[in-house]
Amino acid sequence: MISSLDSFVRWLADTRWSIALHESRYMYLVVESVHVLTLTGFVGLSAMLDLRLMGLTMRDVPVSQITRRIVPWMAVGFVVMVASGSLLFYAIPVRSYHSVWFRLKMAMMLFAGLNAWIFHEKEHRRVAEWDLEPVPPRAARVAGAASLILWILIIFSGRFIAYNWFDCDRPQSATIKALAGCTDASAQNSP
Amino acid sequence: MPLSYFQWIENSGIGQAIRSSNWMFPVIEAFHLAGLSLIGGAVLILDMRLFDVGLRQMPVARLARAVQPFLNGSLGLMLTTGTLLFLSEAVKCYYSAAFWMKMVFLALAIIFTYTVQQRVALADQAPGPLLSKLVGVVSIILWAGVGIGGRWIAFQ
Repeated sequence: MISSLDSFVRWLADTRWSIALHESRYMYLVVESVHVLTLTGFVGLSAMLDLRLMGLTMRDVPVSQITRRIVPWMAVGFVVMVASGSLLFYAIPVRSYHSVWFRLKMAMMLFAGLNAWIFHEKEHRRVAEWDLEPVPPRAARVAGAASLILWILIIFSGRFIAYNWFDCDRPQSATIKALAGCTDASAQNSP
Repeated sequence: MPLSYFQWIENSGIGQAIRSSNWMFPVIEAFHLAGLSLIGGAVLILDMRLFDVGLRQMPVARLARAVQPFLNGSLGLMLTTGTLLFLSEAVKCYYSAAFWMKMVFLALAIIFTYTVQQRVALADQAPGPLLSKLVGVVSIILWAGVGIGGRWIAFQ
């Protein structure tokens, strides 16, 4: 499984469009700018919802009104964010796959998704019962705080992917090598 | 502003400390980016409302007042972390067209947000649809210019 993913990203790195994007002077920068801007939109709106769930803002607005009116826009931002993020990965597949920050980021996105899903299935199903409460019930506050913290950490680890502290082509401790899944091949400098 | 001034800034104690560390710049940058998403949310949710999408049932003035502390707080975080980043690479910024573009957009965005937008959004009488949309669009364009300019400083 691990080795097949490794050969998959190697194959990806050799595809024509990956090389083109990697070597392009402006396209990569444009995609990265789109990623940062949509992330601002998605995480920004998500943060406003989280803050409402925590009872810290818009206390007089029913929670259901925010989820109904804002979540569709978040979904738009999320789609563009994931699409542009995928392109960034596609431009630099091998290094990204072996980045501890990238792996951490994916793990945290999984948790953020799980957190949102659990909130949606449990607390939000009964939103009518607490819709107008200035400070939502504890479970909703916890879900909001978890989401806010996770997304801030996701932004942090996303930014750190750009730095080579833990790259496989530099001397690393056994722990980092294991976390990054470094192989002899990934110790070579490759996109 | 003369180059020597920027060289002096870059050689200041704080600038040097940030530059000589291999994690300080990235960490400040990460906080800067997290602040960006918060300010993005505060700006966007209000501009969307001015554009008559999003929280349409909520009166503009009430929404403007609700997001105000988050706008102020995240702007404070952005300005603080942004200044620190600037201190560490002032000379690079001096030669960067993107940096100067960002500064112009930033000045305009701050002035527009705290004068025109605030006056329109907080007025006792709800703004007319045309004025409201115009203010929303100008605000979005100005803040997006700040964000894009910032991202492009790294690509010189």
